[in-house]
Amino acid sequence: MLDAQAMAQISETSVAVELETSDMTLNIGPQHPSTHGVLRLVAKVDGEVITDVRPILGYMHRGYEKISEVRTYPQVIALINRIDWTSGYANEIPFVVAAERLMGIEVPERAQWIRLILTEMTRISAHLLFMGSFPLELGATTPLMFALRDRERVLDVLESVTGGRFHPNFNRIGGIKPAAGAGKEQKKLTQDLPAGFFTETEAAMDGVIASTDQLEKLLRKNEIFVARTKGIGVLPPEVALSYGVTGPNLRASGVPYDLRNETDYLPYDQVDFEIPVGTEGDSFDRWWVRLAEIRQSANIVKQAIQKVPSGPLQAKVPKIIKVPKGETYVRAEVPKGVMGYYLVSEGGQGPYRVKIRTASFSNLSMLPWILEGVIVPDLLAVMGSLDFVLGDVDR
Amino acid sequence: MMPIWLALAKVLLAFVVGLGVVVLLVWFERKIVSDLQNRIGPNRAGPFGILQTVADGLKLFFKEQITPSRVERFVFELAPFLAVVPALMLFLVVPIARPIEITLDGAPYLLSFAALDINVGLLFALAMSSIAVYAIVLAGWSSGSKYPLIGGVRGSAQAISYEAAMGLSMVAVVMWVTTLPGVTDMGAMSVNEIVLRQQGTFFPDLLALSWIPQWNLIPQFPAFVIFMIAIFAETNRAPFDLVEAEQEIVAGFNTEYSGMRFAMFFLAEYLNMFTMSALAVSLFLGGWGGPFLDTIDGWAATALSFGYFLFKTGLVLFLFVWVRATLPRFRYDQLMQLGWKRLIPTALLWLILTTLVVSFREFGAPWA
Amino acid sequence: MTEYFQDYITVGAFIGLGAVLVLAMLGVASLLRPSNPTKAKYLTYECGVDPVGDGWAQSHVRYYIFGLLFVIFDVEAVFIFPWAIKLEELGMFGLVEMVVFIAILTVGLVYAIRKGVLKWE
Repeated sequence: MLDAQAMAQISETSVAVELETSDMTLNIGPQHPSTHGVLRLVAKVDGEVITDVRPILGYMHRGYEKISEVRTYPQVIALINRIDWTSGYANEIPFVVAAERLMGIEVPERAQWIRLILTEMTRISAHLLFMGSFPLELGATTPLMFALRDRERVLDVLESVTGGRFHPNFNRIGGIKPAAGAGKEQKKLTQDLPAGFFTETEAAMDGVIASTDQLEKLLRKNEIFVARTKGIGVLPPEVALSYGVTGPNLRASGVPYDLRNETDYLPYDQVDFEIPVGTEGDSFDRWWVRLAEIRQSANIVKQAIQKVPSGPLQAKVPKIIKVPKGETYVRAEVPKGVMGYYLVSEGGQGPYRVKIRTASFSNLSMLPWILEGVIVPDLLAVMGSLDFVLGDVDR
Repeated sequence: MMPIWLALAKVLLAFVVGLGVVVLLVWFERKIVSDLQNRIGPNRAGPFGILQTVADGLKLFFKEQITPSRVERFVFELAPFLAVVPALMLFLVVPIARPIEITLDGAPYLLSFAALDINVGLLFALAMSSIAVYAIVLAGWSSGSKYPLIGGVRGSAQAISYEAAMGLSMVAVVMWVTTLPGVTDMGAMSVNEIVLRQQGTFFPDLLALSWIPQWNLIPQFPAFVIFMIAIFAETNRAPFDLVEAEQEIVAGFNTEYSGMRFAMFFLAEYLNMFTMSALAVSLFLGGWGGPFLDTIDGWAATALSFGYFLFKTGLVLFLFVWVRATLPRFRYDQLMQLGWKRLIPTALLWLILTTLVVSFREFGAPWA
Repeated sequence: MTEYFQDYITVGAFIGLGAVLVLAMLGVASLLRPSNPTKAKYLTYECGVDPVGDGWAQSHVRYYIFGLLFVIFDVEAVFIFPWAIKLEELGMFGLVEMVVFIAILTVGLVYAIRKGVLKWE
């Protein structure tokens, strides 16, 4: 015999069950206009509220780690450009540095500074893409066009040095490759940068800084934009750290963690810059932190072009590169966060094993946590603000 | 008494103007948006790409039309009709040019350029814009697919929310107009009559201010703002384009539509945009009215007034396009809150205020 | 009276013309377009994977509440229109009546808002 209290409880639960609307299972992706590639989310939707979400990865798996084992070192550099296609140049750096460390090569200072300049310009171009794509997720089309216009200037400069806009494949173990189209004469003289590079870069950076002001004006005080992003998708610093979130997403949560300050893979210690951090960790902060980082990067580039010393571009390396037996791990701050290569060499012409830690993969791992309880229209305001690239997730 | 052929001629005129403007409107929008975004926009088909819409339309004629096996066939095929026809109907009550005196069967006859000059014109417009909601609901529901379903449910809730605000702002206009001196015997709910009562100036005696036209825009400015916001939402345009929010629910209610059936929805959207703008011009901006209309007469004046009408409608449409290029999209609940918590209470308040002012004007002060 | 009906003949003609337009465009397209059906084309869209479950799910009840609210306010507007036209004839009595009417509906809206109908959680 049940007592009255238990009866009441049972009838209450049965009522609660009856009143629930049935959940709808919604596949978002792989072919969806705004998942930046082929991410598939299986979401349980109650009305418009997401009750459960499961990301399904691997639609873009290209097996880079395995392919790297059967390629020589210069070939691998061309491959890893494509991991995160929005920041091709920055992907090269940690791998090259890892190989150089195993070989014990001292990279000439000029090459290091040029690497730094190009990395920061890649960061600017990647973040400018975000400045366009994120508002687009919220339905604002104009920032995309403005951001792409300014990104184009940066890419032009990048192209004039490396010959490539997206996939420069410009680094060599021991230094950098002589500039594209520099010609035989010029090669002899300076061996690297095309004429007028510094003035052009400086102008491009001024343009970038001006354009960040414009992008900020377009959106920062736009009431709809603020209403859509403030307090949406809040990521507390503890959660971010526990999921291994890095890069602007982590800094937006208020953790000033930036590898440019902590390791010495490039001479960042000789330039002044700030690390912008957010306060709330919401979508708005993630947007704002990236905007501020564009300005910082432009400033870094402007300082760096004053400091580029003259000298050789390449350290003395053998014609056929063989990395001595050993293993090392090098991390770098790429636009999306921390990217690292664990490189194991058995002394051959190519790596024995490469383990790639990509920023987007770790950043995406907290997706089920952050998306629970979010409503469908906010899904995009959250996902867009995380700025992941599917190639970087699946590699 | 109007002969049938004249009535049919008017219907045809409205039809041709409506469709012709839509073809231009798509091009106009793309060109303006691209100018605002540092792009060139369509520039290949015809001079300045003006034939781009025609080319796009022709392309859709040759596209395969897929009817997924899960749809509710009858409703699925009915929805495009329900989208296009009410959008066209709305245009019927809008006068596109100044009426002209003609001789008909030996008797003078005042020919108005609203295809349908009825005494319940505004109610008719309200009814037609309500029917348009069915197209969204039924298209979304009959597709038997998830994204269209969400789009359809969203769209209907959104459209009806703003429909109410739109209706209330129209009431305020009617109330304001009803006590102005009448021109025809149609009463203040006829759109034609509303336009006629807006001709002239507020200050006929003050030469310095006599250029200010007697448009409802000035005394009914809050109603104008409410009406504009409401028609943005009614036509599912940015920043209220949640129905077809590409980034969220793919193409919304018309995801499963392809080929010519899709083109029908597209046509309906732009028709709605145009007719709603035309209605806004008629209600608030003096319709076809403009300077120098009184100095000329005959068909020249009619043509000029048609020009004014197109120009003003173009201005309102420019606003549509400008807003689209500027603003992000509202979130669904924010949209609903704006509608129910801001727009409708404001409309009610403004209605009561207008009532008081009009009554005061009519009956004198209660203390007098 | 005939004039009255003639207006609606116009409406009928326009509906007919609109329907003919749509029919004609769909008809011409059906003559021109290719038809190349495959099984996959007849699936409903769900981001490139086979659809899960059936396409119809229950919608949240709040949508229907909007429907109810809409009926109230749209009918209200329709009621006010005739009064707005006849403002002069109805005089002060009509004015007071209408203000009371609007006030009652406003109370209803305030009630709905306070009940949290518009809140999303």
